[in-house]
Amino acid sequence: MSILVTPSSDGRFGEFGGRFVPETLVPACQELEAAFHDAWSDSSFREELHQVLREYAGRPSMLTECYNLSEQLGIRLVLKREDLNHTGSHKINNVIGQTLLAKRMGKKRIVAETGAGQHGVASATAAALMGLECKVYMGAVDVSRQELNVFRMRLLGSDVEAVTSGSQTLKDAVNEAMRDWVATVESTHYCLGSVMGPHPYPYMVRQFHRVIGEEASQQCDDLLGSHPDFVVACVGGGSNAMGIFSGFVDTPARLIGVEPAGGAAVGRGQPGVVHGMKSYLMQDEYGQVQEAHSISAGLDYPGVGPEHSYLASIGRAEYPTVTDDEVIEAFQVMSRTEGIIPALECAHAMAWIIRESPKMQGKTVLMNLSGRGDKDVGQMMGILGGLK
Amino acid sequence: MSGVLQSALESRIDAGGKCLVPYITGGFPGWVDAVRACAAHGADAIEIGIPFSDPVMDGPVIQQASQAALDAGATPVSILQEVRTLDVGVPLVVMCYYNTVFHAGHERFAADLAAAGVSGAIIPDLPLEEAGDWAVAADSAGVETVMLAAPTAPDERLPRVAARARGFVYSVGLLGVTGERDSLADTATALAARVKRVTEMPVLVGVGVSNAAQAVEASKVADGVIMGAAVVRRLIEGGADAVGSFVGEVRAALDESSR
Repeated sequence: MSILVTPSSDGRFGEFGGRFVPETLVPACQELEAAFHDAWSDSSFREELHQVLREYAGRPSMLTECYNLSEQLGIRLVLKREDLNHTGSHKINNVIGQTLLAKRMGKKRIVAETGAGQHGVASATAAALMGLECKVYMGAVDVSRQELNVFRMRLLGSDVEAVTSGSQTLKDAVNEAMRDWVATVESTHYCLGSVMGPHPYPYMVRQFHRVIGEEASQQCDDLLGSHPDFVVACVGGGSNAMGIFSGFVDTPARLIGVEPAGGAAVGRGQPGVVHGMKSYLMQDEYGQVQEAHSISAGLDYPGVGPEHSYLASIGRAEYPTVTDDEVIEAFQVMSRTEGIIPALECAHAMAWIIRESPKMQGKTVLMNLSGRGDKDVGQMMGILGGLK
Repeated sequence: MSGVLQSALESRIDAGGKCLVPYITGGFPGWVDAVRACAAHGADAIEIGIPFSDPVMDGPVIQQASQAALDAGATPVSILQEVRTLDVGVPLVVMCYYNTVFHAGHERFAADLAAAGVSGAIIPDLPLEEAGDWAVAADSAGVETVMLAAPTAPDERLPRVAARARGFVYSVGLLGVTGERDSLADTATALAARVKRVTEMPVLVGVGVSNAAQAVEASKVADGVIMGAAVVRRLIEGGADAVGSFVGEVRAALDESSR
């Protein structure tokens, strides 16, 4: 039996998940669940999705063998190149799926939250392609550290609103998107950007990202003759990790989800309920959600998708942390050694691999390079100063 | 058998009146005096918000008050300690988000509410399907769990929501978060009428009931109103006195209309 869970109508992965939303949104979640089930089992929907992913997003993404880093680290490192997708990250897989579904449901408008801006840019892109109105909520702190992505979204015809409540980062953007959805649920689809939120989102978003793991599984068979020893991905909400893990969860490969030290929901959190789901959550002694602090806007989130909490609870996946300093170093190492500038999020996965490589000598390591670093160079210029 | 909260509302209704339930953000500077002012000016029950870091059902005014309360160091424990000392003569109902309950533990939180003299609980992010375990714990502690009915609910859902409700049914006045609006949404009376058809319990309209005239309008169909942002804005701007005079004004308008 596969470890990959298909949640029942209560939306649970083990004890995690569920649907903790205001009454107003319950019928919308039920409608979405039914519509997704219907679409996912409809071969014409799957064919259309596949076609858009192939002709527009650029799938399948390739596997790149990192000869230089492999030699340096004493491992065999291969990258799943989600950074080469249209819009520069894995996020496009999910938004193409959700916007096709939104159109099928007759919705005219989508709302989305974004942290680093990658999901916002992907949503704005898909909305432009599909002729949907799009509004993106983004924490004011993130608006200033990711101004290029803000401009991209506006260029693509979307409305971007800076959220000034709370910590002014991803968690507050989710709150504001949910508040919008409560008011506009009849005309609007909430295009949630990770494997989180109320049922069916964690399941649905994972299904839309399974293509990463399915491709990678085949590609590893072709290149390595087997599954890799390690599958490594960064985890904020955890969509790119769930996508690639889904291809290997039933193999003996060790699954590693790398969290930022300042946003370690699995590592330092305890079960809690926010944003519609029960999952590991950073919170204080009274259950107030704590603010995450990470160099990477995309991982600046105090919670994690419920399926990750489940995989952690049964011991199938591990969730170590890396520090901002290790990430800054890994960002530069990867750029210089392989000629690939990674997104700061993915630099977390790279940082863990660099740190742990002495314990992995001779092993094969698959890393999900879920996004490219173009969006981060402005921020890194500020941190590193002018490089000589 | 009805509890303290439901009985209090029913005695107002049975006397031909309409119920008024103001909301006060617990822990906001001056909140205890504001609760007393509500009671002194004709509230039938008072809703006390326990501030949460991520209040997704709340608009800007209650968000601001919640944040100010958190910044002032308010916790669920400190608020309930103060509630315990309140003896205002009307039932108190706590409004809190589910993680506050879940984190404390269902049985413990229900017992803490009962020990503080709280009669009811409203948990806006705990819909019917997820309410089971909490509802059992609350029932056995004698805490009445108010359920929310939303404008989006299909007809078949409303009787199930009402059947699980204790105290009263909270009929959500509009599609959206808490906050004042220029006029009462059409959905407010439409939903209240739908809920009234499926339950004998008191049905109160809340979310978007902004002034005395809107309270009267909603109460033409419903058994009364819950007023949140309109009260909390006065608490922020003018303190307990402003709250008292506003509650008194709405009370008078409701009494006038049901005379």
